[in-house]
Amino acid sequence: MAADQVLKIRDLRIESISGLVLVNNISLELKRGEVLGLIGESGAGKSTIGIGAMAYTRAGCRITGGVVEIDGVSIRDLSSEGRREMRGHHIAYIAQSAAASFNPAHRIIDQVCEMPIQHGLMKPAEAREWAIELFKALDLPNPETFGERYPHQVSGGQLQRAMTAMAMSCRPDIMVFDEPTTALDVTTQIEVLALIKKIIRDYNTAALYITHDLAVVAQVSDRIMVLRGGNMIEVGDTAQILSAPKDPYTKALVSERKEADHLSSTLDKKREEIILDIKNAVGFYATYKAVNDITLSVAKGETVAVVGESGSGKSSLARLIVGLLPRASGSVKFKGVELSTSLKDRKKDDLRKIQFIYQLPDVALNPRQTIGEIIGRPVEFYFNRSKAEVKQRVAELLRQVGLPEDYAGRLSTQLSGGQKQRICIARALAAEPDLIICDEPTSALDQLVADEILKLLKKLQDDLGVAYLFITHDLGIVRRIAHRTAVMLRGQLVDEGPTTKIFAPPYHEYTENLLASVPELRTDWLESVLTKRGGSKRERQKAAGN
Amino acid sequence: MSIFGYKPNGTAWVGLTIVGFFVFLAIFAPWIAPYSQAETVSDTWSPSSSAFWMGTDQIGRDMMSRIIYGARMTIGIALATTILSFLIGTTLGLLASTGGNVIDQILSRIVDIMLSIPLLVFALIILSMFGSSIPTLIITIAILDSTRVFRLARAVSMNIAVLEYVEAAKLRGEGLWWVMTREVLPNVLPPMISEFGLRFCFNFLFVAGLSFLGLGIQPPYADWGGMVRENGKAISFGLAAPLWPAAMIALMTIGVNLIVDWILSINARPSGASAEM
Repeated sequence: MAADQVLKIRDLRIESISGLVLVNNISLELKRGEVLGLIGESGAGKSTIGIGAMAYTRAGCRITGGVVEIDGVSIRDLSSEGRREMRGHHIAYIAQSAAASFNPAHRIIDQVCEMPIQHGLMKPAEAREWAIELFKALDLPNPETFGERYPHQVSGGQLQRAMTAMAMSCRPDIMVFDEPTTALDVTTQIEVLALIKKIIRDYNTAALYITHDLAVVAQVSDRIMVLRGGNMIEVGDTAQILSAPKDPYTKALVSERKEADHLSSTLDKKREEIILDIKNAVGFYATYKAVNDITLSVAKGETVAVVGESGSGKSSLARLIVGLLPRASGSVKFKGVELSTSLKDRKKDDLRKIQFIYQLPDVALNPRQTIGEIIGRPVEFYFNRSKAEVKQRVAELLRQVGLPEDYAGRLSTQLSGGQKQRICIARALAAEPDLIICDEPTSALDQLVADEILKLLKKLQDDLGVAYLFITHDLGIVRRIAHRTAVMLRGQLVDEGPTTKIFAPPYHEYTENLLASVPELRTDWLESVLTKRGGSKRERQKAAGN
Repeated sequence: MSIFGYKPNGTAWVGLTIVGFFVFLAIFAPWIAPYSQAETVSDTWSPSSSAFWMGTDQIGRDMMSRIIYGARMTIGIALATTILSFLIGTTLGLLASTGGNVIDQILSRIVDIMLSIPLLVFALIILSMFGSSIPTLIITIAILDSTRVFRLARAVSMNIAVLEYVEAAKLRGEGLWWVMTREVLPNVLPPMISEFGLRFCFNFLFVAGLSFLGLGIQPPYADWGGMVRENGKAISFGLAAPLWPAAMIALMTIGVNLIVDWILSINARPSGASAEM
């Protein structure tokens, strides 16, 4: 039935001011109660379509063609007054970063109630009641008083749910979710996903769900649209896209994601000489014990993954090893030699042996230096080579990381994210280190690009015998490349050993929880996890009641 | 035509023309000026005529010649002061942001103390203590002005100093000087350059102001601020004499500001925005 279609987009075209086509004639329809997943890598135009559905664009872009109908009303033909009336009331938007979307100076409840009051839909008291009801529905703690808090006083997952409440406050017909769980930890992601699913079902709203993770979109959406560079690649039922993708690009996405669910077969490795030996290391941020009694070792040519949720102390451990975080007690030995606690006292050669690769390649490369200067500096600094030798070595390093030699003259700002990360790897290799500490080197990259980087790291390890301490929150990566795994929780090591042992029963309790929280590429995954957990939760509540 | 790869807009061209014209006057003053700056050539405050286009001043010197020589003195001193103050301010600002907390605290508190005393009062005290020669004038204004430059350089470079490429350099074992000059400095330059124009304007007015008070550039050298003061009385006789140098001060200030506005607008463009402000 035509009346069922709450959102209808025909040939939507969005261009940037400079004439770049960001969204190329996309058409989609959404029925009441239906969820359409928009999936693609960065730059695919997912978010642009998402806010385009509200006839809105980011600064520097404009809608140059197409029709957007919400409840049968063409929103592009309305005056700005009329559009404002539609937005929030009929269609609502939930942004990726809830922390950046709340005003830190106002209480949560005032922000949730603002919209229905502004639109004249409810009186303040009514709006308040409805907000509290939403808080209840979203399973927020103490729903009666939750709204009295300020945004910084609640956790990231709670804030994301509060933002969903804000979007629901006007009972819109359509909700646009823009990567609502990307910034959350896996264990928190489950709860938020489940509640988003519940609220869509309970209130029979339609939704656009934007994400880059196939496994996440598989849990919530009825249909999936795959986008690339502003073009629609494929659209179909969730089950069809997952099991029988038609387009080669979709196939690559699906198979790459599936790979992350299996343990790689090459992970068993006999340990050779131990190069990094950490014993009972303790480190503080002011009075907070960020690294608490960690004992860990890395052998030559091996990859040790350190996993844990945000705030578990993974990065602090890395900083402690290189000397950026002074260690209060314990010892860190490298090839049998005790490393000094602080960076300043370390010898040049000690610094050379341990190199660092950062999470965000954008800020890890000086935008005012050429690639040649960036990679050449460690060669010049550590080995005192002549200019010609440095140039030759830079060319060799660029070849090793799979980039053309003439990149040496470019600035890093002219490169893509994946290429920048390759430069960071080349810079680390330039020092000819024994150990490279990788701090989430792929988490800021698109899936397929990240895959390439992982392959490169693996190849370099095979060729050069360099060891990696690989910090990540992504268990899929651990399964693929780590010989050994260390699981961290609140600054402590809760589980450590060969990856094949860690990822096989019997599990450590926390590791099992973490493993179970990683979305898998099947549509019934969320349901099955929730039924498993729901059972144990009810039992716990019963026990607490008694 | 473009400058540093950027095309000036209409108002920027006006600014460039004004400033270019004055710089031309300053450089070629002895060849352009019809009379010398110290020579009495006519009666006091004679009106504009074909011999004296802008009339003469309070002791009969040619006004236009003095304005041409004055451009040399006023712009020259303001430029020297601003360059010196930027050298001091930027160096110390970068040192504060990269050299660690102790250095930062010491430098920042000294600057706080200096900033708590009004600029003009401070300058008056020092100039009346040491006498007003041109070097003292330049050094005094430069040091006082460098406190403002320090504040900006420190604030901008603080944001750069915490970025990972700076950390990477420190992890490599690079010294403080390398980190300051190679990693941080190139990235704070764009906002500092636009600030240079603004500080130049300010110093230019400050020199003119000090001369007006009699503590700036001393006679017989001509400078625009001093000329306003010397010819001030003429206004009560309905004569235009002090308005000429005053107009030059206004014109130069407007010219520099138009250029600065343009540089700031380049800086705000995504392609030019390398420093996070």
